[in-house]
Amino acid sequence: MQLEEQLRKQLETKDILLMTHIVLGYPSLDVNREVIRQMVDNGVDCIEMQIPFSEPMADGPVILKANQDALAEGMKVNDCFTFAQEITQEHDIPFLFMTYYNIIFKYGEEAFFKRAAEIGMKGFIVPDLPPEMGKTFLALADKYNLAPILIFTPTSTDERMQELATHGRGFIYCVARRGVTGKKSEFGDDFEDYLGRCRKATRLPLAVGFGIQSKEDIDVLKGKADMAVIGSRTIKLVESDGADAVGPFIAGLR
Amino acid sequence: MDANGFYGNWGGAYIPEVLHQTFQELKLEYARCRKDPAFWEEYLTLMSTYSCRPTPLTHAENLTRHFGGAQIYIKREDLNHTGAHKANNVMGQGLLVKRMGKKRVIAETGAGQHGMATATMAAKFGLECTIYMGEEDVLRQRPNVFWMEKMGATVVPVKDGSRTLKDAINEAFRDWVTNVDDTHYVFGTACGPAPFPEMVSWFQSIIGIEAAEQIVKYHGKMPRKIYACVGGGSNAMGIFKRFMDEDNVELVGIEAGGHGADSGAHAIRLSSSDASPGVAQGYKTMFLQDEDGQMKHTHSVAAGLDYVGVSPILTSLWEEKKVRFDSATDDEVMQALDITMKMEGIIPALESSHAFAGAFREVGNLSPDDAIIINQSGRGDKDIFTIAHAFEDPSWKEFIIERGKEYSQK
Repeated sequence: MQLEEQLRKQLETKDILLMTHIVLGYPSLDVNREVIRQMVDNGVDCIEMQIPFSEPMADGPVILKANQDALAEGMKVNDCFTFAQEITQEHDIPFLFMTYYNIIFKYGEEAFFKRAAEIGMKGFIVPDLPPEMGKTFLALADKYNLAPILIFTPTSTDERMQELATHGRGFIYCVARRGVTGKKSEFGDDFEDYLGRCRKATRLPLAVGFGIQSKEDIDVLKGKADMAVIGSRTIKLVESDGADAVGPFIAGLR
Repeated sequence: MDANGFYGNWGGAYIPEVLHQTFQELKLEYARCRKDPAFWEEYLTLMSTYSCRPTPLTHAENLTRHFGGAQIYIKREDLNHTGAHKANNVMGQGLLVKRMGKKRVIAETGAGQHGMATATMAAKFGLECTIYMGEEDVLRQRPNVFWMEKMGATVVPVKDGSRTLKDAINEAFRDWVTNVDDTHYVFGTACGPAPFPEMVSWFQSIIGIEAAEQIVKYHGKMPRKIYACVGGGSNAMGIFKRFMDEDNVELVGIEAGGHGADSGAHAIRLSSSDASPGVAQGYKTMFLQDEDGQMKHTHSVAAGLDYVGVSPILTSLWEEKKVRFDSATDDEVMQALDITMKMEGIIPALESSHAFAGAFREVGNLSPDDAIIINQSGRGDKDIFTIAHAFEDPSWKEFIIERGKEYSQK
């Protein structure tokens, strides 16, 4: 089943979906495995697994440190694939790779897509690859039936959103505010206008991320977005309270 | 440059979506400036009244006699205001910022010269200013940090990654995506996403335009070779651009050889086989990276050359064999610096000393009828701590120990 179809099916029974984020190899693949299990058991609908990169330009301090620590522990792209294969076999929900373009470019675009498709991944989020730079990437996504997740931001004009939407598959990732990952977002009137503009620009499901930290944040999104993205929050939670804290936290979000 | 910002296979604009609109505006304003002769006139006036342009071209007679080959000329960017070529780019971008109506500027800096120049420009134009600088470079370039702060800039030491130039660039981008509405990122070198490589090269091209006129005036004809050090590549692009289509002028870029090409501790992107094509920091070029695409640690005695990537324009010129690349080790650089100080009374920056070292190796093979130009991209007095340390200068050490005692007693 394709990503969009899978999400739509979930939306038949839930008023908002949850996507979470983990950095592969941080603090270790064993902890990643346990965190994912807790997330899935508590109803997470989609998980983005970040392949660490040495220059994570769009990430804030929490995920930046996670990238660096994972690499310092010797995490390789090949390890990420092996682990992802195990995870997709184990769990039924859709999994995406999030990473920076150099990781894919260096591996070889086609080889990367081929292997990702073979192990059952559903799509990619690549924050430093605008569609103008990703012509071959988008063509390969079509060929291997993997969803390229495109990103809307509050600075995107209506025209730009429509342009992005023509290339997107699966869902659109709406960044809640300017800035990098991990800081709290405010959801005022401007935010409502922004989400309204996002909704007008595409028929794809809308995921909202950046600074979503609590049940209150998610309640605000209900009826306005299709999926809430929890990123840095669970990484911090694992750092402070360990993997076992993730399940109860996720269960309390909806 | 093509419509997507590529030079052949290199360049582009691999930017987070939040910056898309700002880049559209920047490209538009830059295109307007390129078409407007009044803009370049304003720029020239600013550079001749606020800085010392045109900078001199010095005939290094003693070095010429010593090496016994071609006439050695030195383009004196060290005499530009703030002590390096960096001001050319920064003042140009400052005029652009005024046109765009932004109130705040940010910049990365390695050696500190670009940060210095940006802090200076911000003071003159009344802009808020934040400078990102790798923690290791803050330690290496303490005098520049002092002056930036004195001019009202906030200097943020970057503690991530290798704590050098590339990490400062990442952090500046993180600031920019957060404060995109009122902030312009004054990119310091001919790298990064388009239009920065071309825009920075355009402002720096003033170096070569002046040098071409000067060499013909003093030497009667074009030079045979031009040497420039290459970190990101802005001073090299600056002096090379005017000579690109001249026959018989060889353009030579000297990279940081660090402890040697085989040591792994260097920043040689183009003149060794250690680098490979990659995409990072917003552009595609040859990067020093591992097989997974993770950036490697680099080393150079010169903070301004200690960088994993290189201008996509230079990579394209390298591929087309229009510019030759070579490297100089830390040791060769210290020797070149030493002899230049002693014979000419000129103190090149450690970065610029790479160009001197590259030129000194070859100049003896040319005829005295020929001339070469070395681009002295900056002055060395900012490097006093590093240079004194590298020379293990005993009287300097004594001074520091005494001064340290004095401070710790208070």
